[in-house]
Amino acid sequence: MNPAAPVRASLMVTCLGDVLYPEIGVRIVRLLRRLGVVVDFPPGQTCCGLPLFNSGYRAEAAAVAQRTVPLFGDAEHVVVPSGSCAWMVKHEYPGLMPDAPTREAAQRLADHTWELSQFLVKVLGRTRFRSAWPGRVAYHDSCHLLRGLGERDAPRTILRHAAGVQFVELPGSDECCGFGGSFSVRMPEVSAAILDKKLAAVESSGADCVVACDAGCLMQIGGGLSRRRSRVRAMHLAELLEPETP
Amino acid sequence: MTFQERVVGALHDRHLQEALTIATTRFIDLRREAFDGFPEGERLRDRARGIKEATLQRLDHWLELLVANVERLGGHVHYAATAAEAREIVVGIARRSGARMAVKTKSMATEEIELNEALEQAGITPVETDLGEYIIQLAHERPSHIIAPAIHKTKGQVAELFSRALGRPVAADPEALTRIARAELRDKFLRADLGITGANFAVAETGTVVLVTNEGNGRMVTSLPRVHVALMGLEKVVPSMTDLMVFLAILAKSATGQTLSAYTTFIQGPRRAGELEGPDEFHLVLLDGGRLRQLSGPLREALYCLRCGACLNVCPVYRQIGGHAYGYTYPGPIGILLTAMLHGQGSVRELAHASSLCGACAEACPVRIDIPRMLIELRAGGVTTATAGPGERLVFRALAWLLRRPRLYRLAASVGRWLQRPFVRDGMLRGLPLFLGRWTRTRDVPAVAPRTFTERWKELEREG
Repeated sequence: MNPAAPVRASLMVTCLGDVLYPEIGVRIVRLLRRLGVVVDFPPGQTCCGLPLFNSGYRAEAAAVAQRTVPLFGDAEHVVVPSGSCAWMVKHEYPGLMPDAPTREAAQRLADHTWELSQFLVKVLGRTRFRSAWPGRVAYHDSCHLLRGLGERDAPRTILRHAAGVQFVELPGSDECCGFGGSFSVRMPEVSAAILDKKLAAVESSGADCVVACDAGCLMQIGGGLSRRRSRVRAMHLAELLEPETP
Repeated sequence: MTFQERVVGALHDRHLQEALTIATTRFIDLRREAFDGFPEGERLRDRARGIKEATLQRLDHWLELLVANVERLGGHVHYAATAAEAREIVVGIARRSGARMAVKTKSMATEEIELNEALEQAGITPVETDLGEYIIQLAHERPSHIIAPAIHKTKGQVAELFSRALGRPVAADPEALTRIARAELRDKFLRADLGITGANFAVAETGTVVLVTNEGNGRMVTSLPRVHVALMGLEKVVPSMTDLMVFLAILAKSATGQTLSAYTTFIQGPRRAGELEGPDEFHLVLLDGGRLRQLSGPLREALYCLRCGACLNVCPVYRQIGGHAYGYTYPGPIGILLTAMLHGQGSVRELAHASSLCGACAEACPVRIDIPRMLIELRAGGVTTATAGPGERLVFRALAWLLRRPRLYRLAASVGRWLQRPFVRDGMLRGLPLFLGRWTRTRDVPAVAPRTFTERWKELEREG
């Protein structure tokens, strides 16, 4: 790589990141810029279509995917705050395209799309950070990042080495939090019962904060902790690594 | 009872919750330990999957070979297109042999065709001899797990059941309970005229039916009665003994964490001249019941299933609701696929959504069946055949429409921000109305942000 040319990355902020968790996107932009990355935000973004795809609305998901791919046509890298949306782009987008040229474009996008922790470790080669939120930190594996993208190590590498972080392994960290998108409202009682197990594990781990790399899991775990008035906070990796700007 | 009622009932059943948590956690740990100490396991899983793929591609050939070899060994082979046909065949064999009592090993295929009820109606008493099945039969229930049928019961509940059946108090001690069952069953083995088993595998090249068991009852059932009937789904055929070894190396590890099960029984036809043990007659019933249709269908991969139960143990939904809530013979993630295979798309309208798609099932599956992908296929089938409700279809199609119109999408966010005002406390929403209340009954949710990321990008752009 030419050291003079900076790495360029486009942020795919995702629907949850845009509307419910804009602070995550803001921190990602500032964090990446601090690391010398030139960040842009292609306009016209909505949602990756995963909720449609997972509920069986394949044609509808395909339509959303087909309009999303060209938005990132010029991207060198695409960074996504959520493992599940990254999985959708990487695993499902090519198969949802109508013809060979669009399939190739979708495959190019898939090849250059990264969940944030993967981008930091695998593309930028950065593993040393200072925590903006010192304390005991547990990590919850989001299902799509762990089993979908096979990424167990990148977030852990960052958390283990982050100055100010005392990393605690969460018992059953690889077990689902019970979110599952529409599952959480189709089967709310079961979703909540699964969440209860996760929250009990989080609270017994002694962590002050639980980090996840997926806005869906954060909505579920954070929503449960908030309802319980727990002292433990749920946080996106970017919120841990990049301080809030006063 | 509706699915929803069964689910809520299960969540509130204290005994069920206790029993499920203990048993599934134990199964998960045992399986992990078994594969941790078996580095070649991953490669063998790939190989097992490859064998299944290849066998199903020439299923007709391997079945013909199996039939020829079983018949060469003196056995009789029957083909059942439906569960009803399978019941008729087995009951017919029982009647012709004058059987009054049949002893059985654990078999999901016999559960699938509801054989016990058919035998009872024909005046033949079925006796389950697997301990778990024995418990279930005493309780007049159905299995709630593919390999651990009584997984939903605590030992206290089993002791109560035994006490009632025997008319005397019994201690909640698994060993004592097993001794009681053993004594009760010994007499049945000796008196039964008919032995009924499933089959974990059938080897085409040798005509061997293979049973994988842990209690020794399998040997009794297949050697003491005069007649032995084995019922198997016709996808269970494997080409050769070499192939069989690949499956045996991973099956018990996936199921119970054992290196091998305590007993692996090979059956080759009836007793031959000069042999001391074995039945006079041996029948193999090959069951279709919807399987063949899926050879070229969307559920094809579900035909690879070895019935180890590993996907149930790791499934967060199964671990909360147990097997009975699913409402069909086969519970858990693979059970949803098998239910659709056997009973059609309409049977899984709700079940197809009884998964968070976390993928733990596919990871645990010894032959790496991509269960989440097929669950999505079933959901898609629900959309195209309109078994999904009209309200749901409207909501998702409206969402899809909105997601292709970024300006309206932004407007919708603003509208949401305005509508949510009565519900916002410290940036979180609680107690939302309508279907959103399904979320906020147990969880808060962040309010639509005062400014979306898109709205904040302008100033971020200037920062850069």
